[in-house]
Amino acid sequence: MSLKRLNNRIFLAGIVVLLFLLPFMKVSEYVVILMNEIIVWGLFALAFNLLFGVSGMLSFGQALFYGFGAYVTGLMVIHFGAFWFIPSILIGMTAVIAISILLGLITIRLSGVYFTMLTLAFAQLGWEIVFKWYSFTGGDDGIQGIYPPDFLGTPKAYYYFSLILVLLSVWIIRKFVNSPYGLTLRCLRQNPIRVSFLGRKVKNYQLGVYVVSAIFSSLAGSLMAGINGSIHPGMLNWTTSGEVILMSVLGGIGQFFGPFLGGGVIVLIEDIIGAYTEYWSFIIGIIMLLIVLLFPKGVLGEFSKLRRRLKI
Amino acid sequence: MMKNILQLKNVRKSFDGFLAIDDVSFAVAEGELSAIIGPNGAGKSTLFNLITGYYEIDRGEITYAGINIKGRGTEAIVREGVGRSFQVSSIFQEETVLDNVRLARLAKENKTRNFRSPLEKFEETTESAYRILESLGLGNQAERYAYELAHGDQKLLDIGIALALEPRLLLLDEPTAGMSPEERIQTTHLIEKLWKEYDLTLIFIEHDMDLVFEIAQWIRVLHQGSLLAEGKPDEIRENADVIGAYLGEDHLWEGY
Repeated sequence: MSLKRLNNRIFLAGIVVLLFLLPFMKVSEYVVILMNEIIVWGLFALAFNLLFGVSGMLSFGQALFYGFGAYVTGLMVIHFGAFWFIPSILIGMTAVIAISILLGLITIRLSGVYFTMLTLAFAQLGWEIVFKWYSFTGGDDGIQGIYPPDFLGTPKAYYYFSLILVLLSVWIIRKFVNSPYGLTLRCLRQNPIRVSFLGRKVKNYQLGVYVVSAIFSSLAGSLMAGINGSIHPGMLNWTTSGEVILMSVLGGIGQFFGPFLGGGVIVLIEDIIGAYTEYWSFIIGIIMLLIVLLFPKGVLGEFSKLRRRLKI
Repeated sequence: MMKNILQLKNVRKSFDGFLAIDDVSFAVAEGELSAIIGPNGAGKSTLFNLITGYYEIDRGEITYAGINIKGRGTEAIVREGVGRSFQVSSIFQEETVLDNVRLARLAKENKTRNFRSPLEKFEETTESAYRILESLGLGNQAERYAYELAHGDQKLLDIGIALALEPRLLLLDEPTAGMSPEERIQTTHLIEKLWKEYDLTLIFIEHDMDLVFEIAQWIRVLHQGSLLAEGKPDEIRENADVIGAYLGEDHLWEGY
């Protein structure tokens, strides 16, 4: 194993240990909840980045799958009780496979901006249904009182539950990216024509990653429902899809952990600056502008470039 | 007598009324090392695109290894054993040189659908990728990113990706384009070596007549989308139509 790789592993292990120790660091419950939000947003951004950063498919509709997971969990808990919280996560992840295959077969026929627009259109359709179907989804009021079972009833317990699922997801996604399938996806982002000249059907691989991304987006949505104890149509709206794009760009779209960093920064800005001014999105706008101008590869992307240049 | 591996019968292709390939027919014997020459716009690359199914023919028939490839699609044709390199190097710039060829090996071995095992686990595949890089003289650059390679090496990597698919028929589109005179000579010998080593049927498009007449066993001349002539190098050199349309009266075939 190279020294660089060993350093990376030690660094990652350190972060994981810190995440596990966080609740014991005399921090308030509020900080634990905030950190939970960051890791779940990070997972959602990571799932999105599988599409955009790895495979070059800019979906503007990932909120559909995120919101779907959230609503499956929310509705099942409200109608059948807290016991169904954990099964609902799995049901959401399974059901989203069928939905993403169906939508993927339509959207992946197109590429570039047409793909982006079609994903946006389907997500907005989903948002509209949730928004208008008041009797079932609670309409624009959403649904409140979504509580996980008692053993996950404290912020600390739920944080550990989320953390384990997020880390497991990160491990799976990392394995996926480093596999032959992942290499194929990276290459088809760079040169899809050449991939077809390797005898591979590009659309099949694109459909595969679209489904995988949807599964983890759904998981993130379910977990977020448990953090907030509520769900709302905004979770399916284009602004949520936009937010996850911002997170990836900010962290570095070509970087595996970039979306986590981006997620952390945006959640913190929303939370900290949001406490002082309602114009926090203005601050995010300025930061994004600076990032795009000064660090076009995102924060981690530029850091990685620097490391390569310095050979460390 | 060698059997034909590729046969084109009255192939025709037009783009928005412009006739790019006009009633072209020829047969390529298995194991042949041949060249396609002709001025820019003669339809040489279009012909490669038709043979590989990237473009669909308007009329006529293309048979590869006894299979009519019309409508089969690039992926299927490649899997049948047709490989190609491109006029402008078609590589994966952000991957390492090794991963460029390793992906092609994985594709050949039908392992690109594996989403569980890390690439390092595919030791035999990696070794075979290394062997291909060694045969191209790129072995010592395996860990570099493809975009870091010099132009000539990128052209070689493009050929390496095609070779990794173990094609029976290899199509090289201007393999020495943009290379220095020295690199051209080296690449010429390399093409001949690869043809023998990998037991290929190899067709290359080339503007460098020195290269063409040095190694090609058979030459086909395209002119304005039509097959103007075909034959052994000496026959082409003496062909009045070819001299008139392409090579020039003084037989100077350098400097194209």
